[in-house]
Amino acid sequence: MNFEFDQSSPLYQQLANQLAEMIFTGVYQEGEQVPSTTQLSASLNINPATVLKGMNQLVALGLLEKRRGRGMFVTSGARKKLATKHRDDFYHNYVVAMVIEAKKLDISEEYLQELIKRGYQDDSQ
Amino acid sequence: MTVNELIIDHITKRYRRKTVINEVSFNLAPGKIYGLLGRNGAGKSTLLNIITNRVFPTSGMVTMGPQNINNNDAALGKMYLMSEVNMYQKSTKVKRMLADADSFYGKFDFENARRMLKQFGIDEGARFSNLSTGQKTATKITIALNVNAQYIFLDEPTLGLDVNYREAFYREMLRTYSEKPRTFVLSTHLISEVQQLVEDVLILHDGNIVINEPVEHLLERSYLITGPIKLVDEYTAGLKVNDTQTIGNLKEAAIIGELDDMRPIPDQVQIKRLDLQRVFTALTNKGGE
Repeated sequence: MNFEFDQSSPLYQQLANQLAEMIFTGVYQEGEQVPSTTQLSASLNINPATVLKGMNQLVALGLLEKRRGRGMFVTSGARKKLATKHRDDFYHNYVVAMVIEAKKLDISEEYLQELIKRGYQDDSQ
Repeated sequence: MTVNELIIDHITKRYRRKTVINEVSFNLAPGKIYGLLGRNGAGKSTLLNIITNRVFPTSGMVTMGPQNINNNDAALGKMYLMSEVNMYQKSTKVKRMLADADSFYGKFDFENARRMLKQFGIDEGARFSNLSTGQKTATKITIALNVNAQYIFLDEPTLGLDVNYREAFYREMLRTYSEKPRTFVLSTHLISEVQQLVEDVLILHDGNIVINEPVEHLLERSYLITGPIKLVDEYTAGLKVNDTQTIGNLKEAAIIGELDDMRPIPDQVQIKRLDLQRVFTALTNKGGE
């Protein structure tokens, strides 16, 4: 587990995002149990109420499910949901941001498309 | 067992002419971790001593639910204060201290206490007075986290503890809290270390409680506006600025409150969030409020 926190957004939100990322990259597989609130709280030194709030957000998104008396598990279909969400986010986080930056730098639409094409052809990646 | 809220109701404490605590009112809910922050001499220890009936207020009262806690054994038996003051006799052994906590409060968790002492490298048979400063603190923490009380007040609980011991303490506190939720009130100077630990924060400044809210809410309304002096001044005009710093022709303005969403943010001006420590200094610097 490798969590990192900063001041950019509320802690529970960062925790939820990073747990979701771990589910997406397969650190926690579908059907697998994730650490309990108590475990996460003690190992990250975060108030259990904050951890719970983050976890509940993933429950609300259908990524985690409570199994009575056993704990929290990754739902089946969680990765697919995350993949869809990532694609939606891609437009807002990258495309929109890129266009704004391009306008600031006086980069024309045609030139930007050319740059994207060049990016696809770049062997160094 | 039902546990009532602890109500601190218009508490004032004066020593001769000096008002240390000024008409302070707030509630402590059962099962929550609070941070009590304040500068040196802000009155944190006095306040904790009043809540636990060790010091009498000049006016005001503390009640647990409907009952005044003054000389009320039932209410006082639900509160434990770990303070800097060592009230033990020189020859007292650690073992005896655990036994005392058990006889006063009952149901002391000896098993967990022994495990913690071992982790801190403290021998139960050792005399308290022979322990190092850090070990003394660790012993007191061990008692505080295992005593059978619903309200546990920790006055500077990390005094003399190195970073490894402090982390062990935070971990142990969260662990016992998860297992048996009860109220912890942490008074500390190490603000950045407790930011993630506490749910609500109380800031005591000049004898008044100036902040009493969840850390999350406080941080959500705390902003640092950075940029060229002129632009920062324009952007913050009319807003209540808590603290400023200038470096060359750059200015930082800390605002704890609302920004004006209608104002355009100039490109050269950045708005960031503050951490709890920066919020604290902004609110308690002289000249600030």
